Amino acid sequence: MAHTVTSPVYVVHDNIDTDQIIPAQYLTLVPTIAEEYEKLGSYALIGLPDDAYPQRFVPENSTKTPYKIVIAGRNFGCGSSREHAPIAMGAAGVEAVVADSFARIYFRNCVATGELYPYDSNERLCDILKTGDIATLDFDHDTLTVNGKTYSLKPLGEVRPVIDAGGIFNFARESGMISKA
Amino acid sequence: MTLTEKVLARASGKSHVQPGDNVWVNVDTLMTHDVCGPGTIGVFKREFGKTAKVWDRNRVVIIPDHYIFTADSMSNRNVDILREFAKEQDLPYFYDVIDDPSGNWKFDVEKGQLKKQYGSRYTGVCHTTLPWKGHTRPGEILFGTDSHTCMAGAFNQFATGIGNTDAGFILGTGKLLIKVPESMRFFLEGQLPVGVMAKDVILHVIGEIGFDGATYRAMQWEGPGVNSMSMDDRMTIANMAIEAGGKNGIFPCDDKTISYVRERVTENGTKNTFDPVEIDSKQSFVYDKVFDLSKLEPTVACHPDPGNRKSAKELEKVTLDRAYIGSCTGGKTSDFLAFAEVVKGKTVKIDTFGVPATTRVVQDLKETVWNGQSVWQILESAGVRLTENASCAACLGGPVDTFGRLNTPMKCISATNRNFPGRMGNKESQVFLASPYTVAASALTGHITDPREFLS
Ligand code: SF4
Repeated sequence: MAHTVTSPVYVVHDNIDTDQIIPAQYLTLVPTIAEEYEKLGSYALIGLPDDAYPQRFVPENSTKTPYKIVIAGRNFGCGSSREHAPIAMGAAGVEAVVADSFARIYFRNCVATGELYPYDSNERLCDILKTGDIATLDFDHDTLTVNGKTYSLKPLGEVRPVIDAGGIFNFARESGMISKA
Repeated sequence: MTLTEKVLARASGKSHVQPGDNVWVNVDTLMTHDVCGPGTIGVFKREFGKTAKVWDRNRVVIIPDHYIFTADSMSNRNVDILREFAKEQDLPYFYDVIDDPSGNWKFDVEKGQLKKQYGSRYTGVCHTTLPWKGHTRPGEILFGTDSHTCMAGAFNQFATGIGNTDAGFILGTGKLLIKVPESMRFFLEGQLPVGVMAKDVILHVIGEIGFDGATYRAMQWEGPGVNSMSMDDRMTIANMAIEAGGKNGIFPCDDKTISYVRERVTENGTKNTFDPVEIDSKQSFVYDKVFDLSKLEPTVACHPDPGNRKSAKELEKVTLDRAYIGSCTGGKTSDFLAFAEVVKGKTVKIDTFGVPATTRVVQDLKETVWNGQSVWQILESAGVRLTENASCAACLGGPVDTFGRLNTPMKCISATNRNFPGRMGNKESQVFLASPYTVAASALTGHITDPREFLS
């Protein structure tokens, strides 16, 4: 896997709940069906209110986002347990969310699916960065560099190898916890 | 150890656990529904093989309830995926919408939203179905692919929501690795005053600690105030642990718990042995606070999150377009009876939708008679649009033809549990969460109203 990713960032604020990440009407899509997985990507973050977020996260008629890094405030991913939330973002091409804090189930679902890296920041980056700023996320050093300034992130610790492996099943197999299918 | 620690220690075969420990627990029950079931089944098949069998067919409960009464063909298909799987795995606890095990589910638009469109096994909202059908037992572990799975904490068990991947793992192995949460204690004293309900208690508490005040934590409820509460009240409170970010909510086990559970497991022939966890003399909490129930007031969580607390009185100037009563937390029989107490003999002033949580609630409302009229009739004569099609309905928006869905920007007062932007449909709408009493009083006046004006 690439150890750095450079991309424009998309900035959201506190309490972005799972209904804003993937509104309920799109939950009819089943993530384990390949075409429906792709389709989920096109709806990532489509529930954000338009007035607060005039810039669409995924362009119309596309399934991919130009923003591989999302910067968020407190309690990102609160609300429902729908795994569609990290999956929609992963399907859209997001590699990492850097937030002040995460809601529990969302964080766990990121790890279980291996869809993306949920990083906790040390500073409130959503007040510092703007959508479109170009950032480089360095997974080896746990840093985010934007406009010549480098911000340290909290290391992912024990969940890192699980996401690296591509989720809980791959990890469990690699480490011999469950047998290879 | 706290109640949560005790359940987790037992389920992981350890004599002692502490917060932060990662433990493998044996799962007593796994619940899934039509929204996350197909994905969970997909994960299970991908990882364990096409011919794999679930770890224990008696411990898997599948409840279609979210997107049922809609013409959306994908939603209808998802119910069919569940049926197929239940048949293939020979699962005894699949509460299908239709009776024919080889049929296909299709909502009949002609028949409309109000009249019953389900077979004899259909039940309605999963979290309200689980206790009714005898799947909740003290001291056990329940996982569900739905964040409000924490509602079963009312029954002295560890219950929490998980994603499809974790659920797929459980289907194959019956186990899950979880982190023992820190516990917070909410010690309730006194009695609820007239006009104040369990819903007000939880809205008050979430307002107190914040919508992320219990993130990663267990919310343990104790005290004489808890003993005085019915099981329905405890469910309302446990249900909303997640609205404060909590991993689970948990109650002690008392005579009410035992008699409720015994009755339901006997009626349904489900497993009838269980071992409650008792309160230890030594427990450590990261937060410990006493709440005096007699001081609480009718409370509202304002747009845009469940922690945005105000008293109903302060909000009297907020005019409304719609009122809604329903959901796992607010669509139980006791919720509708409270609502009916306020609206009986009067007429609602704004569009008011009522969606019973389960088919049993529908039956209860038709069979409960006050002064010669069934509660169902009382509500209908008050102008409430009531449906027999118990389900999640507009609690989470859903497909555009969902009953009660907010399809245009509007202000809605609702007995449900979540009010983030877009939750009930339109993302410019505002949802105010309140008790069934407050929703009823507000439906009568068209603005947010303290229900005590209508109750003696
Ligand atoms: S009624 Fe609402 S909160 Fe309850 S399970 Fe259904 S969608 Fe979720």
